[in-house]
Amino acid sequence: MTRIQEVLQKDDPERIAKLSQIASEIRVDIVNTIAAAKMGHIGGDFSVTDILVSLFFGVMNYRSQDPNWAERDRFILSKGHCSAALYSVMAKAGYFKHEQLGEFMKPLSFLGGHPNRRKLAGIEANTGPLGHGLPIGVGCAVGASLAKKSYRTFVALGDGELQEGSNWEAAMFAGHRKLGNLMAIVDRNRLQQGAGTEETNSLDPLADKWRAFGWDTYELDGHNFAELLNVMEAPDTGKPKVIIANTIKGKGVSFIENRVEWHHKVPSAEQNIQAIKELTHS
Amino acid sequence: MTSLSQQETFDCRQIFAQTLTELARQDERIVIVCNDSVGSSNLNEFKKEFPDRLVNVGIAEQNMIGVAAGLANSGFIPFVSCAGPFLSGRALEQVKADVAYNMYPIILCAQSPGMSYGELGPTHHSIEDFSWIRALTDITLLSPADPKQTKDAIHWAVQANKPVYMRINRFKIPKTTPETASFEVGKALLLKEGKDVTLITTGILVPRALEAAAILEKDGISARVLNMHTLNPIDKEAIIAAASETRGIVTMEEAITTGGLGAAISEVVVENHPTKMRILGVSHFAPTGSASFLLDHFGLNVENIVKSASELVG
Repeated sequence: MTRIQEVLQKDDPERIAKLSQIASEIRVDIVNTIAAAKMGHIGGDFSVTDILVSLFFGVMNYRSQDPNWAERDRFILSKGHCSAALYSVMAKAGYFKHEQLGEFMKPLSFLGGHPNRRKLAGIEANTGPLGHGLPIGVGCAVGASLAKKSYRTFVALGDGELQEGSNWEAAMFAGHRKLGNLMAIVDRNRLQQGAGTEETNSLDPLADKWRAFGWDTYELDGHNFAELLNVMEAPDTGKPKVIIANTIKGKGVSFIENRVEWHHKVPSAEQNIQAIKELTHS
Repeated sequence: MTSLSQQETFDCRQIFAQTLTELARQDERIVIVCNDSVGSSNLNEFKKEFPDRLVNVGIAEQNMIGVAAGLANSGFIPFVSCAGPFLSGRALEQVKADVAYNMYPIILCAQSPGMSYGELGPTHHSIEDFSWIRALTDITLLSPADPKQTKDAIHWAVQANKPVYMRINRFKIPKTTPETASFEVGKALLLKEGKDVTLITTGILVPRALEAAAILEKDGISARVLNMHTLNPIDKEAIIAAASETRGIVTMEEAITTGGLGAAISEVVVENHPTKMRILGVSHFAPTGSASFLLDHFGLNVENIVKSASELVG
């Protein structure tokens, strides 16, 4: 297991502060979006936010005004139910206008409960059913190497969804093909819809599992930008990389953090105000 | 004229592999994704010529479809080659979400479809694919009858830029498609004119329909024969014409009849020009037997087609 140490010194504090500020704004957008729609998956949105911010505002090459640019890095949100987080990040990245977040889950909206590439350019894969993102990401990575292109592929996975066998089919193949251009990031918040992952169908020792499938494995704090960037920007080792990002479901709002019911609970108007207060004053 | 049953017979796997190899020489976007089925899909020659462009994921069909979707995302045209039951059954959710809902230009090639694995039994039969894939309306569903149609279907699919599912027949049958016939997706191929009854079929049953029509002719019943090589989109015009110009329709398919070809045709008939129909096909999990035995067992033999047509319009 590679534990990232002393990375803070290596990274630019200004850059980290900027990402933290963006993440705070994204979480405000998420809670407003979900409160307005009265639907969404706020707990997992908040746990994956810092991972998405690191990728979209720190690591990935893309052109939001030319979303099908052939050389773009690919990002797939396998835990597609956390679409509010992805949409909020994409709006800030310029894929569409910020005020359009208000269309989240409205009838005929291009911002459905799960992402849809046929409605929103920049979405690489229509996810929702769990266990689909990694196989598609493996295909993107194989495609890049076949086409001799230098783009990378990133897949964000929920931890609960690793109970789906298709992930391990893909993990095995990525290890076999030594896909150094592929990175999986597991949002390890330790909660799934109804209970903890370990009491439902335990995943630990999770890093050992990935390592056994031929992946370079990194376990770190999924809310620490310096640690995230350090691994995400590390050079190709000739093996696929996985970050097991230890996160807090509902990160950033005291009454949402680590509570299983907030998988898809919707904040009331008062809770919305309270959440924004906490997010903007912390 | 030589009876069809006396003519040389072909399976379609060889032309499938040969056509893909030829196309791959001209189009670098063509890749094949398969599940340990290099030999059974006849792909050794392709692999020899394009080792990098044959992506064998091993025995992992869910991953196979996802990988194909990722390759399509990267600008490739993936042909997924896999035994029918494991392509449409094992990976059905991936076919729905990764292929159809994503609208990626992936060509799903169901090898050895229907009951062609005979004695291996229902686990290895792919009789449900017409029903399942027809429900995914973004996928063009093709069932070529012979080597010529298989080749034409592949050529069409490469330029279609949308999801396609096609059966690649293993069961040997004679050629039935005239050399001059064009392959028009969504247009049934008229193989014989007739005014009393219409026989509509697809895939390996086309020769049996033609033989039945010849026998019916001797009995004084003029039978029209349509090769419905495209199940989605279905040729409504040809169906309505059959319903209005002849006195009944007999359909036959090497597939479960719940939701298959006969059902697709019925939907058009009842809404546009109700007429009498007989739907011949597979009714249940098959007992043990060879592919040929099983076709006969389920009444997909010439005698039963003749009988059904005679009863319908007699």
